[in-house]
Amino acid sequence: MSTSFTHARATQTAPGERVDFGRRVLVVRRRGIAVRLEWRSVLVCAALALAAAGMAVLALMTGSYRLGPDQVLSALAGGETGLVHDIVVEWRLPRVAAALVFGAALGASGAVLQSLLRNPLADPGIIGFTQGSYTGALIVILVVNGTYWQLVGGALLGGMATALAVYVLAYKQGVQGFRLIVVGIGVSAMLESLNIWLVLKADLEQAMAAAAWGAGSLNGVSWDQVAIGGAAITVLLLLAGLLSRPMRQMELGDDAAASQGVRVAPARLWLIVVGVALTATVTAASGPIVFISLVAPQIARRLARTARIALAPAAFVGALLCLAADYIAQHLAPTPLPVGVVTVVLGGGYLGWLLFTEARRRL
Amino acid sequence: MSTPTSTGDGPRLRVESATIGYDKRVISEGLSAAIPDKSFTVIIGPNACGKSTLLRGLSRLLKPSAGRVVLDGADINSFKTKEVAKRVGLLPQTSVAPDGITVADLVARGRYPHQGFMRQWTEDDERAVLRAMHQTSVTDLSGRAVDELSGGQRQRVWVAMALAQHTGIMLLDEPTTFLDITHQIELMELFTDLHHVGHTLVAVLHDLNHAARYATHLIAMKEGRIVAEGAPEQVVTAELVEEVFGLRCLVVPDPVAGTPQVVPLGRDRTPRFEVESGSRG
Repeated sequence: MSTSFTHARATQTAPGERVDFGRRVLVVRRRGIAVRLEWRSVLVCAALALAAAGMAVLALMTGSYRLGPDQVLSALAGGETGLVHDIVVEWRLPRVAAALVFGAALGASGAVLQSLLRNPLADPGIIGFTQGSYTGALIVILVVNGTYWQLVGGALLGGMATALAVYVLAYKQGVQGFRLIVVGIGVSAMLESLNIWLVLKADLEQAMAAAAWGAGSLNGVSWDQVAIGGAAITVLLLLAGLLSRPMRQMELGDDAAASQGVRVAPARLWLIVVGVALTATVTAASGPIVFISLVAPQIARRLARTARIALAPAAFVGALLCLAADYIAQHLAPTPLPVGVVTVVLGGGYLGWLLFTEARRRL
Repeated sequence: MSTPTSTGDGPRLRVESATIGYDKRVISEGLSAAIPDKSFTVIIGPNACGKSTLLRGLSRLLKPSAGRVVLDGADINSFKTKEVAKRVGLLPQTSVAPDGITVADLVARGRYPHQGFMRQWTEDDERAVLRAMHQTSVTDLSGRAVDELSGGQRQRVWVAMALAQHTGIMLLDEPTTFLDITHQIELMELFTDLHHVGHTLVAVLHDLNHAARYATHLIAMKEGRIVAEGAPEQVVTAELVEEVFGLRCLVVPDPVAGTPQVVPLGRDRTPRFEVESGSRG
């Protein structure tokens, strides 16, 4: 009965021995807090935050009235009055803040959905949630002719209703990731044609307003919108943070997670609600800015070299991407474009690459 | 619901006239079974006989539509999910290792029921993970990516994850199915070692000879019912194998371990040698 493998009873571990995770970890244990972080993720987040801050200063400097970095920083610190203060704080900062906050929300939303469905294609823009938000907004613009806040409500409701519909249609003894994605793509196509039909039925002025909103733009974002959207997004990001531990367990499969003490069904429902609400909040405020939620989690994963899709790096990448895309749309394009157009172009290239490599891997 | 308390009487984990199944499809009706404390119990039976279903019932993945599963004297459904996870662990038949996850990272996931939002990696967690990796001999693989490992190594890592969960009772759903024979034996001996250090193990196995050699208690199932249970010597007989699996066979003593060994007769075969046990099909 002897094999080379009989030392299971040698269970003594050396005192002070530490687990080798194969990468450097940062362990903090004090005052009832005990956390373990990967150094690389911490550094990647810090670097992304710095890059986003630099990008923000650049965006605040750029425009028809050029400013120096010193003027921008002093305006931010409250040291400027008059025109420079107005340009930086009143005109340009809301847009920059919106790009950062909305981008972070989109990145986190993609991370939640991709982790939950265990598929890099699980993106609110691909499985119909964004199209549903647009449908909701279109109905408000064209049918009700409602106010801005009604439009926000319509977009939120549309996104949520679409998520619910996809969830119910994909339900078959629980919800399986791939099934939900295929159903979502179908629903997305149907909503897409419904949206076109709605626009075609509208009169010219309304159709133009709808099309402008539908391109996804940060034009004319006001402090009010940033504050309210930002508050909602902060709450949702906190919720996502609280849910990130069950989310990580569920990556091991439902049975493993359940036997380790995760209440799988409620956890999944909460994660879907948070993921959809993050995207819907952004869509409601700015129109659909697609593809950031698709690419940010994957870029973050490659930068941080984590096994899982981690929330924080994805949010940081999302913020930086959204700000950069808006900068390109405003200042580098031959004519100022909605940011959604730039993200479509960038993200479309990525999606093509993803499909190509995924297809090659499976053949 | 009453607070679950540990009682001295009866085995820690048992099924009391439970009806278990999926949605409306009933697999087992009025099933009663007990897992003897500190035993290495193996559930055997043909495909679709309800053995995995029983294991899922024992782990609370399936809730009985009638009857109940009792853990430490109370209905298992009266516990909080995390409380069950501190007492009963499960090695599922299919698990997913996220791409590129390292061995230690995966084993550490087993600590979930002992952790909270503020307490994600305590000294206890560190010790439990080290110990689980030592017990399963994967310490040297600690920093490697799980997807680079061989099937046998990988399965030991999953066992380590279940061990790190630190439960007295471990349920194993077909743990050896995808392994070659050397790794199957290696894993069975690992389970025996864990049994010796005080774990109660419940495994679903396909290989009757492994079951007879390593189990201390066997449960034989057919069409959702328990046909026989007891020590392998009592359960594994030619009559029972024919009844449960519909296979004609000889049962002879395993020349190495002395436990019952099943030798299939196959079509049109009769034994060539006289067999001392005399129990033939």
